[in-house]
Formats: sequence, C-alpha cells, structure tokens
Amino acid sequence: MRPILMKGHERPLTFLKYNRDGDLLFSCAKDHTPTVWFADNGERLGTYRGHNGAVWCCDVSRDSSRLITGSADQTVKLWSVQTGAQQFTFKFDSPARSVDFSVGDELAVITTDPFMEVTSAIQVKRIARDPADQNAESVLVLKGHQGRINRAVWGPLNKNIISAGEDAVIRIWDAETGKLVNQSDKENGHKKPITSLAMAEEASHFVTGSLDKSAKLWDTRSLKLIKTYGTERPVNAVAMSPLIDHVVLGGGQDASAVTTTDHRAGKFDAKFYDKILTEEIFGVKGHFGPINALAFNPDGRSFCSGGEDGYVRLHHFEQDYFSIKV
Amino acid sequence: MASNGLATNKLRWGELEEDDGEDLDFLLPPRQVIGPDENGIKKVIEYKFDDEGNKVKITTTTRVRKLAKARLSKRAVERRSWAKFGDAVHEDVGARLTMVSTEEILLERPRAPGSKAEENKGSGDSLAQMAKGGAVLMVCRTCGKKGDHWTSKCPYKDLAAPVETFVDKPTGSEASAGAAGGKGSYVPPSMRAGAERPGVEMRRRNDENSVRVTNLSEDTREPDLLELFRTFGAVSRVYVAIDQKTGVSRGFGFVNFVNKEDAERAINKLNGYGYDNLILRVEWATPRTN
Repeated sequence: MRPILMKGHERPLTFLKYNRDGDLLFSCAKDHTPTVWFADNGERLGTYRGHNGAVWCCDVSRDSSRLITGSADQTVKLWSVQTGAQQFTFKFDSPARSVDFSVGDELAVITTDPFMEVTSAIQVKRIARDPADQNAESVLVLKGHQGRINRAVWGPLNKNIISAGEDAVIRIWDAETGKLVNQSDKENGHKKPITSLAMAEEASHFVTGSLDKSAKLWDTRSLKLIKTYGTERPVNAVAMSPLIDHVVLGGGQDASAVTTTDHRAGKFDAKFYDKILTEEIFGVKGHFGPINALAFNPDGRSFCSGGEDGYVRLHHFEQDYFSIKV
Repeated sequence: MASNGLATNKLRWGELEEDDGEDLDFLLPPRQVIGPDENGIKKVIEYKFDDEGNKVKITTTTRVRKLAKARLSKRAVERRSWAKFGDAVHEDVGARLTMVSTEEILLERPRAPGSKAEENKGSGDSLAQMAKGGAVLMVCRTCGKKGDHWTSKCPYKDLAAPVETFVDKPTGSEASAGAAGGKGSYVPPSMRAGAERPGVEMRRRNDENSVRVTNLSEDTREPDLLELFRTFGAVSRVYVAIDQKTGVSRGFGFVNFVNKEDAERAINKLNGYGYDNLILRVEWATPRTN
C-alpha cells in the first residue's frame, strides 16, 4: 500500500472528516485554513479562508453543501463547500473546540473551552436552511463539564447529546430539555482526559480515546462499557471502520514529552484493533509525529490520518486488508 | 521578454520593475489543459516567472487512470468538476502538495499470522497487572511465582532442585520447540538446538573443580603451587595472580583439578596449611558473577 501524502497544512492537523459520499475529505489544522481534498487522489479542491486561529473541528452537511468549522479565534463559521464563501459567523467568548451537525442538519452542537472566567459549555444552535435567515441565538446551553469538552456529538434521532472531555467523564444529555441523562462512572471510565469520540454509522455504539492509553467502546443508549482496547501510547484519535469490525487508534507520545522519555518510544503508527476481540491486528506506520486525527471513508475502503507533522496520509487499502484474519 | 511586448504597452516598464513577479501574473498566457486523450495522457501547460524574472513554461504530463471499482454518486461526479477555490486556485504545478508515498507501507502484524494469541495475551496481562499495582515486576526464579516474593525469599527454595548448570536445561527442549514450532521469535544461533555453545564450554572448563588459594607468599610461583597440589591428583590448570605493574605475586591463585574428589581432598588437607611461613587458605572458587 502506497499512501498519498497531502502537505497542504503548515501546522499540526487537528481534525479530518469525510463527506457522506466519501468523495471529499475535509482537514483542519492549527494553521487557519481548513482545506478540502478529493478523497480518491488527494488533489486539493480548495481552502476556506477567514479564520484567525487554529481550527479545531469541522463537520459537513449530509448533502455536502455546507461546512461548519470551530476555531480558537472564538468563532464558528458556516461555509459554502463549493465556493469556500463564508455564510455566517457565530461569535463566542472562548475558543470553539468541537462542532457537529445533527441528523437532518437543522441543529449544530458546539462546545466552547473554559477561558478567563468563562466555563466550558455545550451550545446548540439552530441552522437555518437559508443562510440569510441564520441567527446567532443558542437553543440550549449545557454546563457541567470540568475543563475542556473535547468532543460533543448527537445521539440517535437527535434525542441526546453525548459529550466527553478533560474531566474523563462521558455525559449524555437530553437534547430537548438539556437535562443530564447519564454519565459514565469512575470505575469503568477513563482515567485521563478523553481526546476523541467517534460514533458508529448507525449510532448504536461509540468509541472514545483517552490519554490514559486506552480506548473504550460504549453502548449509546445505556452508556454501558462494552470493550476496552489497551495500547501503550496516549490515544489522540479514534475511528471505526464502517465495513469491517475494526477500530483504529492513533496517538503517540506527546511532543512536549520527547525529551523526557525514551527516544525509541515514538509509537506514531495507527493501530488497528478487532472491535470484538479487542486484539491488535496490525499497525500502519508513516507519520513522524503523533497522530492527531483519523477518519474512515464511509465506504470502508480507505482511511486517512493527520499528524502533528502536518501531513495528511491517505491510505487506500489493498485487497489483502479485506481478507485479514485475526 | 520580447514576446509579451504587446501587453507591456499598456503600462509603463518602470512600474513593472518595482513590482514583484507575482503581480505580473496577468501578463502570462492562461493555463492550458490538453486531454486526457484516449490513452489517458493529460497535459497541463502553465507559465510563470522564475526568481530572475524570466518567463518559464511548465508542461506537466500526467496519466489519468480510471479506477475500475469507482462507483460514484451523481453528486460526487458533479463535484469532481467544481472549480478550485481559496488557495487552491493559484496552486502551481511545482508545489507538489499531493504526493504518492515513495515508501511502501505494510500492514505490520504484531505477531506472525496464524500464530496463537495466548502468548501475547499473557504478556499483556502481566503488564497490565504491573501497571495496576504500580509495583515492579517481581518474578521468583526458583518457583516462577509472579509478584509474590523475590528469589532469595522463596519459601520453596529448599524444595526446588538445585540448578547446577543454569543454561543447560532450558535450551535443549525450548530451543528445539521454537525451531520446530516456527514461533517466529528470534533464537540466537548459539542457543539453537545442535549448536556447539563454545562460550558455555569455555566457562565450564575454567569453573570446574576450581580451587582458590589465598594468602600465598610473594615468592610463590606457579610451579611451586603445582608441586604442592599435584600430590592430590591430576591438575589441569594452575594460575597465580601477578600484578601487571610490579611483577610481584598478588598473593592468590587458582588450581583446577580434573576430578572433583581430588579437589575436595586438597581443600581438606591444605586449608590452614603453613606454607612459606604463611597460613594458606584453600576453598572452592566461586564462579564469577558476570
């Protein structure tokens, strides 16, 4: 397998997202311009210029017409995917960490960081079909997390919002009333900040990755711990294959820890685990920095990883991948 | 530069020099895309100014291949022809933002395919245990118990059979099993079945039935020692430690016997024996720790 290397970003990657058809790949990085690529050959289609800070997260509407990005410049912007034109800007009092469109693209959940005296919050915004009608009102503001909320996503049928962050607790909120429905207990839960959360295609379960060097698979409805994937590196990114029961973990030693730990302990490869047997199947090497972002193509035949090294590596699987036995 | 003389008529050349090359882009002929033809050959002709201000024509020939299995939705096909925007508009061919890796990336299996997982699992467990307790890995070499006690504190120490030659026993069975089973783990040549371990042989020769003699007088030389010990049996080696710098004996030596019984007798007889107005001390030589 010869991956395609995409060097469009000058700073570490933060997030990767495929559109639903799997032909476009959106990448966010600490430089200020999210970029869209053709997912088959890695050709750059365009960039979204306008942010004035690191872009932490993005999401694309189901019809691939609109993009929402959250940035450290304390704004969340809506874009036209085709032209790269800004449609609307939500302004906040603190950096926006995570964004996610609901099913149907009528709502968006945005998390904001703790900043100065402002505590972290989850905000729900209504997304107007016509950008001209868009307003900045929050439908719902949820507070309760300690520290940053690294990821908040919609549950099945938009009934709940699932959030996780630095306090290592996964919380499920009612998306209508804003009440806390459920939260993970200390015993089963992660011991260190949760860095990533990836929802399964049909939203029945999701996987979280944490700096405690593990990833965990949870039932969406009951928040029951189903599986734990142990690894020897802090996990920065997780993704699930929609085709085969595989979980991919990406991470690696923190850049700031390079001088204080063993020089061989880089561990910058993406590790594939069997979802059910929780056994490591294989690793994919290539990055020369920790992996910050992972995404699986919705067709399950390719995946990409984005690293601290500023590269996006797009891997199209060869036939042997599909016949691999544990 | 003569070729774009027409265009320069519209503005003064003096202005041209002040500006940087980038602003002159409108003077260049537009980008031209030829193909792809029936063989999938596509040509892109672009013009740009190089660092010295010379106009350069860049022709990039690429081969467009259709992916056999690509099933794209109508919308996706439509998106394929979208115009570039943002920074991608001014992308020059030399930028090479997208490259195919020159390195072949393999799916690296943690163990050889087809091997059993038990081994791996076991080690994972012990590691997990270690991490959980925050304790050091404590394995008793006598009874093999993990995390209970150190080797020296082993309650089963007396029950366990004494290990005379620590390398001998495991290699025979384990190494051959490893070779036959094809576990995939590396076995050094010296440890493989059928290998004639020279290192071990050497050590054994030096260590076997070795007697240490201390409190020798400075005048004692190896022939003297041989004479003294030969009476007990066949001696294979005699050695007296001599200081490299001064050339004087350091007062101790080693004597190796062919038979263990002879060595034993020598120890019993000569320990405490007065030799050259000094009382000898004779005992079993302890094997070197390294």
